[in-house]
Amino acid sequence: MNHPLPPETSNEPLAPGQRLPESERKEFSPEALAEIQALMVKFPDKLAATLPALHIAQREFGFVSLSAMKAVAKAIGIPEGHVFGVATFYTMYQKAPVGQFHLQVCTNISCALRGAAQLLEKVCEKTGVKPGQGPSADGMWSVEEVECLAGCGSGPCVQVNHDVYDEFVDEKKLLDVMEACKRGDYRPWAK
Amino acid sequence: MAAIRTKPDPQIYTFPGFGTDKFPNLMLRGAGDLDNWHLKVYEQKHEGYVALKAALKLEPVAVVEEMKTSGIRGRGGAGFPCGLKWSFMPKDTPERKFTRYLVCNGDEGEPGTFKDRAILEYNPHQLIEGMIIGGWAMQCKLGFVYIRGEFLWLIEKLEAALQQARDAGYLGKNILGTGWDYDILVYRGAGAYICGEETALLNSLEGRRGEPRVKPPFPAAKGAFGQPTTVNNVETLAAVPPILRMGGAEYAKLGTPKNTGTRIFGVSGHVKRPGLFELPLGTPMDFVVNELAGGSSTGKKIKAIIPGGASAPMFDEKDFDCPLDFDTVKARGSMAGSGGLICMDEDTCMVQATLRLIRFYAHESCGQCTPCREGCNWMEMVLYRIEHGEGRMEDLDLLAGLTPRIALRTLCPLGDAACGPMDSALQKFRHEFEHHITHKTCYAQGSRLLSAVGAH
Repeated sequence: MNHPLPPETSNEPLAPGQRLPESERKEFSPEALAEIQALMVKFPDKLAATLPALHIAQREFGFVSLSAMKAVAKAIGIPEGHVFGVATFYTMYQKAPVGQFHLQVCTNISCALRGAAQLLEKVCEKTGVKPGQGPSADGMWSVEEVECLAGCGSGPCVQVNHDVYDEFVDEKKLLDVMEACKRGDYRPWAK
Repeated sequence: MAAIRTKPDPQIYTFPGFGTDKFPNLMLRGAGDLDNWHLKVYEQKHEGYVALKAALKLEPVAVVEEMKTSGIRGRGGAGFPCGLKWSFMPKDTPERKFTRYLVCNGDEGEPGTFKDRAILEYNPHQLIEGMIIGGWAMQCKLGFVYIRGEFLWLIEKLEAALQQARDAGYLGKNILGTGWDYDILVYRGAGAYICGEETALLNSLEGRRGEPRVKPPFPAAKGAFGQPTTVNNVETLAAVPPILRMGGAEYAKLGTPKNTGTRIFGVSGHVKRPGLFELPLGTPMDFVVNELAGGSSTGKKIKAIIPGGASAPMFDEKDFDCPLDFDTVKARGSMAGSGGLICMDEDTCMVQATLRLIRFYAHESCGQCTPCREGCNWMEMVLYRIEHGEGRMEDLDLLAGLTPRIALRTLCPLGDAACGPMDSALQKFRHEFEHHITHKTCYAQGSRLLSAVGAH
């Protein structure tokens, strides 16, 4: 369990969510709301729509901000605290803005045996960002160290936004992937 | 959003002699062929939905009996007999009607395991057929497939395959004229390893945090949405159609008497041909690693093998001949787990490897039970200081004293899983830890396993 919140620096007490970065958008688009409505009746209980709705929120807002969590709670009609608890439990919900291309490098044991640690360092060097430090100045890249992407046999592997790239990634292939991103061959992070 | 992959993945799925009577191909049919997932291909080339049509002519109880005869044990890790699990589901009585659910566990998060992904990628219809047969055998109302969030392209593929099955009348209302209604829904996880544990998965499926529940009540009594539920691994459910096609008794002849059938072993790490190999249970480990996977890729001897995904205790050289079945691996002090073999050569620093594994468990602990939440972090901190040359000899006793205080003291097996690699590494490679403490450097001279840039 990793905690997304930095330690409190001011003396003034704040509610946990208030320390999270804020997104520009505050409300869902009508299409997204309709999608969430459909999810609520798809499963036996409307609470089950929480996880998929947060995925929709991430797509719509770019990341899961406090407003996004509140919007999800309002759309489904469940307590905000529940949504906050769920959103902060799962690591795939980004609680801070990410770059247009979010590079996730698996550094778990199988990939590490084949040079994932060196690959992660290379990714940081080429993009100029460190894991968990937010997007680069041009907003293009962000880097995250993740656990197993189930590409153990052909690791090291990199996930670019939602697509896994797992073909024994070395420096040359990494540069190819980054070039492909610039050309627009990969789906961008959010709409 | 068309994310269906257009490029074949680089994984190896086959070996000389695969598909013959000695090494039957039941789970990886057509793996590697990108068009293999279509319903048409499955029906024409792989005897698709033949087993379903046969099963729907049988009584549900007879299907469960067939599964019991086959002797198949769950492929997720614990190796619980699948037929027995199915028979635990409560039956309808005149006084009480149950709403039953079947859940497929596709939250493949175990490091070193990548078998479910191949099934979802190339044979989604085999899983769907298995789930329909399972649904019929237990008279379920709905089936759920819980897939980890990273597999977005596989989720889109599975949705497309489900739609094909609905259009062909295998799913939905009145399936093939039996009057039985059943459908399968896909649920996307969000990156939590703990959701591979069945009760945590059920919580996650209900839209909650993935925290394991107290057992009992077991899922067969009170599972998803408070109803009787059976949770099976992707591989177990995908094995159902072949079992019904060939008959339970015939399937039981594969493998060894108490560990029947075939399973997919994933070999990764320092080997020449890493990949997925479907083999009868009881195949010796050195045959898999040396013959099929081509042995060490670095020219150095292989020093340690983890036989069942990251959670399994490591084996050193003297156990490399171990037959890979649930009972023998357990008797030798490890577990067959999810069938992922991770091979490490002589140049691997075991302190770094252990730290890498323990860091994973410390990160993925859900935080519900104190021994696991605190203990895994303690182990990580102690190992970190040994790795950075600040270790003391007492640290080894501290580590050895920590594991019995974590294992079997938590709600779910994640704590035990962290202790497996820790204990076995300390037992079998103690000299490397001691070398690290006294010399402040690695005993082995291989490349680093841990990056210099921040961890999580």
